[in-house]
Amino acid sequence: MEKKYFVSSSPHIFDHESVPKIMYSVSIALLPAAAGAVYFFGLRALWLIIIGIVSALATEAVLCKLTKKPMTISDGSALLTGLLLTFNVSAQVPLWMPAIGSVFAIAIGKFIFGGLGFNPMNPALLGRAFLLASWPTHMTNFSLAPRNGTISGIDVITGATPLNVLKACKGILQNSSQFPLERVNEAKQAWIELSGSIGNLFWGNVGGCLGETSVFLLLIGAAFLLYKRYIGWKIPFTYIATVALLSWIFGGKEGLFTGYVIFHIFSGGLILGAFFMATDMVTSPSTFWGRIIFGVGCGALTVLIRQIGGYPEGVSYSILLMNLLTPLLDRWTKPRVFGGTIKK
Amino acid sequence: MGFLKSKSFSGGIHPPDSKKGTDQKAIEKCPLPPFVVIPVQQHIGAPSKPIVQKGDQVLSGQPVTESGGFVSVPSHASISGTVTAVEMRPHPLGAPVLSIVIESDGQDNRVPDIAYQDDYLNLDKKEMLARVQSAGLAGLGGATFPTHVKLSPPPDKTIEILIINGVECEPYLTSDHRLMLEQAEKIVSGMQLLVKILGVKKAYIGIEKNKPDAIRIMQGLIAKSGLPYAVVPLHVKYPQGAEKQLIKAITGRTVPAGRLPMDVGCVVQNVGTAAAVYDAIAFRQPLIERVVTVTGKGVKETKNVLTRIGTPFSYLFEFCGGLAEDTGKIIMGGPMMGLAQSSLEAPVIKGTSGLLVLNEHDSRRFKESVCISCARCIDVCPMGLLPKMLGAYVKAEYFDAAKKHNILDCIECGSCAYVCPAHINLVHLIKYGKSQVIKSMKKAG
Repeated sequence: MEKKYFVSSSPHIFDHESVPKIMYSVSIALLPAAAGAVYFFGLRALWLIIIGIVSALATEAVLCKLTKKPMTISDGSALLTGLLLTFNVSAQVPLWMPAIGSVFAIAIGKFIFGGLGFNPMNPALLGRAFLLASWPTHMTNFSLAPRNGTISGIDVITGATPLNVLKACKGILQNSSQFPLERVNEAKQAWIELSGSIGNLFWGNVGGCLGETSVFLLLIGAAFLLYKRYIGWKIPFTYIATVALLSWIFGGKEGLFTGYVIFHIFSGGLILGAFFMATDMVTSPSTFWGRIIFGVGCGALTVLIRQIGGYPEGVSYSILLMNLLTPLLDRWTKPRVFGGTIKK
Repeated sequence: MGFLKSKSFSGGIHPPDSKKGTDQKAIEKCPLPPFVVIPVQQHIGAPSKPIVQKGDQVLSGQPVTESGGFVSVPSHASISGTVTAVEMRPHPLGAPVLSIVIESDGQDNRVPDIAYQDDYLNLDKKEMLARVQSAGLAGLGGATFPTHVKLSPPPDKTIEILIINGVECEPYLTSDHRLMLEQAEKIVSGMQLLVKILGVKKAYIGIEKNKPDAIRIMQGLIAKSGLPYAVVPLHVKYPQGAEKQLIKAITGRTVPAGRLPMDVGCVVQNVGTAAAVYDAIAFRQPLIERVVTVTGKGVKETKNVLTRIGTPFSYLFEFCGGLAEDTGKIIMGGPMMGLAQSSLEAPVIKGTSGLLVLNEHDSRRFKESVCISCARCIDVCPMGLLPKMLGAYVKAEYFDAAKKHNILDCIECGSCAYVCPAHINLVHLIKYGKSQVIKSMKKAG
C-alpha cells in the first residue's frame, strides 16, 4: 500500500509553548517566594502550601471525574491556583483553611464556569475573598513574627502588619485631638520608623500573608516570567506606577504629595498581585490598551481601598473587580485593523 | 510601537529560519523527467483551456493551453514529446485538476522563436505586456497571480513605486535567495523592464537582513548599472514578505483594508518573477522551469533545484536522493503557509517555491486545549486582527460576527497558530470561516 502522509492546514511548525508549560513556569517563578515563606514563618508554612495545593488538585480531579470531563489535573492550573491561594493566607490560619479555600477556588471560582479559560475572576483570589468573608478573624490574624524580624517591620509597634500600622497611625494622627498625647507621639514615631523599614519590606522579614512579604524573592520570579514573556510589562508596571503616583499624592499625612512611595509599593500584596495575579491570562484583557487600563484601574482601586476603605489592603479586591471589567475592556479597546479604521 | 524605527511592520514572529541546509548550495539542474503533468490551473483566476489533444507532438516551450480570460495565463509544454493524456490528475492545491500529460522524447527540442532580441528594451509597452502574458507568467512567490494583470492597472490608478520582493521570509526556503546570488543580472534587467512597463520613478528591492550576501550582490550590481534603484535591507521577521507588510516597511504606506497595493501606488513582484519577465521579453522564453528548494529532515540531499514545471514531486525527490523512512509530511511551499500534500504524483507548478519534507516526529499535531486568552495571537497578528475571537466565532458558526471582526482581512500567514500555546488550529478555522463568509456574501449578492 502506498505510504500515507499527514495532511493538515498550515502552519506546519510551532513554537514550543503549551498551556501546562506556562502554568508550571509561573509556579516555578513562585518557588523563591515559597521558600522564603518557609524560611520566615517556619515549617508550618510548608504544610499550609502542601495542603493548599493537594486540595486544589484533588478538587480538580474529583470534579473532572464527576462531570465526566477530560482529566485536567496535569495542566498545572489547579496547582498554580492552590499555590497562589495559600500565598494569600496568613501563616497563622488553621491547617484546614487553605483546603477549604482551594476547594472553593477550584469548584466555584473556576469549574462551574466551565473550567480553565472560562472563569471570569481569578480563582485563587476568589478563594481568598471567600475565606476572608467567612473567617475574618483567622484571615487577619498576623500574629506570627517572621524570623529575624517583627510583624510590622519596625520595633516601636510589633503587633500588626506594616499596612495595618500605617492605617492605625494615620487614623490617630488625623484626629490627634481625640487621642492621648502619648498615643499621638507613639504614632508619630511609628510613622517615621515605617519610612525607614524599606529594607525589611524588601527582604521580607515582616508580617503578612505567606507569599507576599518578600519583594526581593517575588521579583526574582517576576523577572523570570518577564524574560520568558509569560507575563507582559503592561499590567504590572501600570499597576505599580498608578499605586506609586496615587500614594504619593494621597498617601501622606501632611497633605497632598507627601506620600512615601516606596513603602506603598513594597508593603502588602502589591508585588505578588501585580506580577502574579493581575497578569492571569484568562482574567485579564487581551489588547494593548485594555491591559494598560486594567493596570491603572487595579492601581486606583488599590489606593482607594488602602486610603479610604475599611481594609488596610486592597490588592485582591481591586484585581477581582477589574477582572469583571475585562470583557468590556477587550470590547472597547479592539486593536486597529491593518489599513482599517477602529471598529467599535 | 513607534519608538523603534526599524524597517518593518507591527506584529509578526521569529521562527527559526532553518535555511542553513540549502542557502549555501548552488542551484542544480534537475534532469528531464520521463513525463510532465501540466495542469490547466496554475494561477489565480480563470483556468486556461487545453489546445492540444492526446497524440499530439509538442515542443518544449510550445503553449498547450490558452488563456481562459484576462485574469488567466496559458501553460506551456516544459519538455518536448507526445501528449499521452488530457485528464484529471492530482494537483498540489488539493482536488484533481484537468492536466496535459506529456511523455518526453528525451530531446528537449525547443520552439524556434525562443531567441535573444538585442533591442528588447525598445519594444513598446503593449508588446512587452503581450509577451509577459503569452509566456504564462504568474507570481513565482507562491500566490501565482497573473503577472500581466498586476502590470496593467486601471487608468484611474497611478503607480509610483515598484517593489521587488526578495524577502523570502518563509523558513526553510532559499530559492529566491539563490536566485539573487546566481542570477542577479536577470533580476535587475527584469526590474528595468517592469519599471518601463509601469512607468514608475522609484524601484526598490526588499531583502531581509539575514541574507547579507544577496544584499551585497544586488547593491553592487545596481551601483554598477547606474540605475536609480535601491536595495532596502529589512528587519528579519515573519511575515515580512507579505505584500501589505512589505509595502508598509519600505514606503511607510498602508494599503487600506480590503484594497490592493495599487490603491497606494505600489506594485510588488517577486524576484523570481522579475527574472522571468526578463526571459519572457528579451528571449520570448515561456515559463517552463523554476527554482524549487527541496529541503527538510525527510530529504536525503537537500538542494535548490532548477526544475521543469510539471515534474512530478516523486521524480524531484528521487533526484534528491529519495525520502527518509520516517517521512511524515510533505509540504509545497514553506512551513508557515505551505500546503500539505497527500500524493507524490502532484507536479511542480508555477508557484512551487519549495518542497519541504518533515519527519514523523515533526509532523504530529499537538492536542488542542482550551484557549486561556493569553492573547499571543493578538500580539503577533500583522493585520491587527483578533485571531482567538475569530477562531471562537467560527467554532460557534457565528459567521456574521466573524465578518464584522474583519475575518476577510486575514492573510493566513499562520503567526497566530504558530504561537498558540493551546495549539488551536486558528488558520484552519479562519480559512473555513472565510469560505463560509464569502459563500453567504455571494448568496446575498
